Amino acid sequence: MIELRSIKPDFSRWPVGSVRRRIVVNEVFKAACIAIASLSVIILLVLLGSILVEGAPALSWKFITSSPSPDPENCGIGPVIMGSIWVCLGCAAIAVPLGVGTAIFMEEFPPRSTIARRFHEFVQLNITNLAGVPSIVYGILGLTAFANMFGLFGKPDEPAFELGARHFRQYVTEGTEVVLIPIASPTDVPILVDGMTVETFDGKPIKLIVVVPGNELPQDASMLKKTMWSDAEGGLITKKPWYYLRLPFGRSILAASLTLMLVVLPVIIISTQEALRSVPKTLREGSLGLGSTPWQMVWNVTLPAAIPGIMTGTILSVSRAIGEAAPVLMLAGIVYITKSPRHLADDFAVLPIQIYYWAGQPIAQGDGINFQNLAAAGIIVLLAILLTFNALAIIIRQRTQRPLS
Amino acid sequence: MAQATTLEPELSSNPPRLLAELPFRSLRWIRVKESFVKFLLLGCTLFSVMITLAIIVLLAVEAARFFRMPGTSVSGFLFGTRWNPLLGETKHFGVWPLISGTLWITAIAMSVAMPLGLITAIFLSEYSPRKLRAVLKPTLEILAGIPTVVFGFFALTFITPMLRSIPGFQVDIYNALSAGIAVGILSIPTICSLAEDALQAVPRSLREAAFSLGGTRFDVSVKVVIPAALSGIVSAFLLGATRAIGETMIVTLAAGNRARISWDPRVEMQTMTGYIAQVAKGDVSNFGVEYYSIYAVAAALFLLTLAMTFFGHMIRKRFREAYE
Amino acid sequence: MSQIELVNLSRQQPVVPAVDALPLKMMITIRDFNAWYGDFQALHNLTLNIPEKQVTAFIGPSGCGKSTLLRWINRMNDVVPTAHAAGTLELPDLDILGRTTDVVALRRRIGIVFQKPNPFPKSIYDNVAFGPRLHFRQMARRDLDDLVEWSLRKAAVWDEVKDRLRQSALSLSGGQQQRLCIARTIAVGPDVLLMDEPCSALDPASTARVEDLIFELREQYTIVIVTHNMHQAARVSDRTAFFYEGRIVEDGPTNFVFTRPKQKQTEDYVTGRFG
Repeated sequence: MIELRSIKPDFSRWPVGSVRRRIVVNEVFKAACIAIASLSVIILLVLLGSILVEGAPALSWKFITSSPSPDPENCGIGPVIMGSIWVCLGCAAIAVPLGVGTAIFMEEFPPRSTIARRFHEFVQLNITNLAGVPSIVYGILGLTAFANMFGLFGKPDEPAFELGARHFRQYVTEGTEVVLIPIASPTDVPILVDGMTVETFDGKPIKLIVVVPGNELPQDASMLKKTMWSDAEGGLITKKPWYYLRLPFGRSILAASLTLMLVVLPVIIISTQEALRSVPKTLREGSLGLGSTPWQMVWNVTLPAAIPGIMTGTILSVSRAIGEAAPVLMLAGIVYITKSPRHLADDFAVLPIQIYYWAGQPIAQGDGINFQNLAAAGIIVLLAILLTFNALAIIIRQRTQRPLS
Repeated sequence: MAQATTLEPELSSNPPRLLAELPFRSLRWIRVKESFVKFLLLGCTLFSVMITLAIIVLLAVEAARFFRMPGTSVSGFLFGTRWNPLLGETKHFGVWPLISGTLWITAIAMSVAMPLGLITAIFLSEYSPRKLRAVLKPTLEILAGIPTVVFGFFALTFITPMLRSIPGFQVDIYNALSAGIAVGILSIPTICSLAEDALQAVPRSLREAAFSLGGTRFDVSVKVVIPAALSGIVSAFLLGATRAIGETMIVTLAAGNRARISWDPRVEMQTMTGYIAQVAKGDVSNFGVEYYSIYAVAAALFLLTLAMTFFGHMIRKRFREAYE
Repeated sequence: MSQIELVNLSRQQPVVPAVDALPLKMMITIRDFNAWYGDFQALHNLTLNIPEKQVTAFIGPSGCGKSTLLRWINRMNDVVPTAHAAGTLELPDLDILGRTTDVVALRRRIGIVFQKPNPFPKSIYDNVAFGPRLHFRQMARRDLDDLVEWSLRKAAVWDEVKDRLRQSALSLSGGQQQRLCIARTIAVGPDVLLMDEPCSALDPASTARVEDLIFELREQYTIVIVTHNMHQAARVSDRTAFFYEGRIVEDGPTNFVFTRPKQKQTEDYVTGRFG
């Protein structure tokens, strides 16, 4: 038998450590934590404060509506805001269906065979890795795949394929009226025939009087307006409707939307997966138990239940696209834009790029508004837009926070 | 059917119209629709795989084209210590100056973000202060949502002048220190939320055991929870650092455009992302050797971040499994 | 000692005719049925006949496989990627496990009610109409209204919900939700109702109502109920199968299994010695 008494240690041999010291250490640590944690609040306040102070003098209604200009005093961001809106809408229109579709496939159609399981694991790994790829790499991909299309369709300024473009030769009549003759391809030169119908610049049809050199021009002024020499030379003009498209996309809104789609797609997939995962399993079983197919279950039960979560995640991802600058910089460079975009293939600028451009300008000494003020004012507008988006997401989250089971 | 008589307790054992009489939906049609939808969703899923493939193929092909150009070589790229494609008589393509710039920025960023993010996470997770949490959480969310170009502007117009105003402290107008600090601020929310996840994943029972042995909150969080969550914290660090490496706008604005190896973070430096952005801004002809050099740099950047993301998530997954 | 004598007595002098002698039409035939989750074999060589328009109870301790068998009867286990099964599991005219068997059509005939009430976050009406809308074409609005009302009456919950059919089903109490789930299940016109511990999440009063309901429903449906509660099995079921460690130890008319079990394990379980 073991003598139990001999094993029991004599606790009184060791002095008890100071409890108070440990409590003090705890309190000091807690105070340090509070101080350090508060630091991020202070940083945020300083950041917002410094931007408000810099930007306030430049911020006005005129700033929001007018166009960029080399003169800081008369500079605005109207077309740039429009550019951001176009790009963001385009990006959301492509990324949301793709991302939600992927997430549904990953969450609602579990693999049944070993090969399918491997595929699922591979795709999941792939998505997490895509989320970690620097956005500038997506910019390079977008530049090559969307803007230049690997050079498959020629150079962006001489597109191999155009949709909706109407080419015209533009002539000036002897009565200094501008007339347009429709042509099939940009290189065509129309033969001028007497009595042919052409368009004025506003699209009204008129009958042309063509005079062969050596003959006399009509004297009447109204006739002269419709009269041209048969050897007159015209310039190329192209009218682009709102649905105009070309291949390759070039430095266009469409290319930028697609590139930003690449950036936000992994984020949308991951947030949608989380939203779908939060739908209770019992609801899915209830639906399947009634004899619904997996897709009927997703459409009637899972998706409606997950919609608030999906929307919140999507809004936050898309707001990330609005603030993203690096891929757009890769794609479009810095462009000087004075008009809002009119079609998907149009040139554009977005807010973060404009801010970047202004922030990189040399700081002018003097009293007036300088480019730094403009950059700060642009940031205020950008943050206001993002804040609206975030508030929207929070409202959706609050409104729909009811239990599902 | 019977409207007034429905109140009778007697209930017909048959449904109002025999269910069997109703035409069923065609099962074949349902199946066809089902396959179609599944096919469509599979297409969406394959798209994300295609993106990865496209990145890899594109970078490999174009980087290979770069390495075939005169004056370039793989060994010169990987081991060279001079990078001056845009300046000077002879162009050198040694990537180390860009990597050194990237490492400096990342190191500075992490030495800002790691303590701040981690301690904030410990505080939020272990001390769970109600009032401060109500302020801290939205603060971090707002910080996470601020576009990076804003941090670049902040670095240029606030942090750099502040550093320069310190007496006896010589700082270039463009410098790695200020850009690094801004990247650090940017990384705080990422690191904080990942670290908080890691701390939350430590089972309650461990904490309760430590408390029951008479530990203070400090003892419990520093001596029990943090060691238990260590691999999760390492993964937070890796994923945060990946974000810092890939950051572009701050460094192009605040760190400058001179690629060089330096031991002094107060001077102008260029990172890999900074170089790519500089070329993209459009000062360079589209088909020269300088243009193709961005693909080689991007390939290096992609491999580096891919490896870090991969290991970060591996560690995170292992760590989560350990406590499930 | 007296217990053993009782067992012996029952073997020698059966008071009630033997199972096979009963003039019952069989609804579900289970023969040499095995089921696995991955490498783990959850069910071993089960053989059991489930008669039509009777309540059959599956009893046994946790993890004995009774829910697994239930979920195989309408192939709910298809959802579990690692689950697979072998053996015979048949309706009179349909091989449940058959490769060509359409689970959608199968689940229309074999409905299931789960442990926890799981109404969809929709209105009460839409919950009941969910199944019919999935399965039936050309259903007139009036017909659907009638069917919803009939199902809710049949599930003994109509009087409580008739004035608020458009309200969310989540506003109902737990017992009402469970009866709503039963109404939802019978609204597609099944022959068989599977119930996986339908009362385990309910309070005693709601449990009593659901039990009454089960008793009424057996006139029209073949009901299989999994329960932990021996008293419940004794109250509502006509026949009982006792599961232990993935095997059926004993099955037969409920009063036999409870009062004169043939096996020692059954006796120990029903008398509360283990489980």
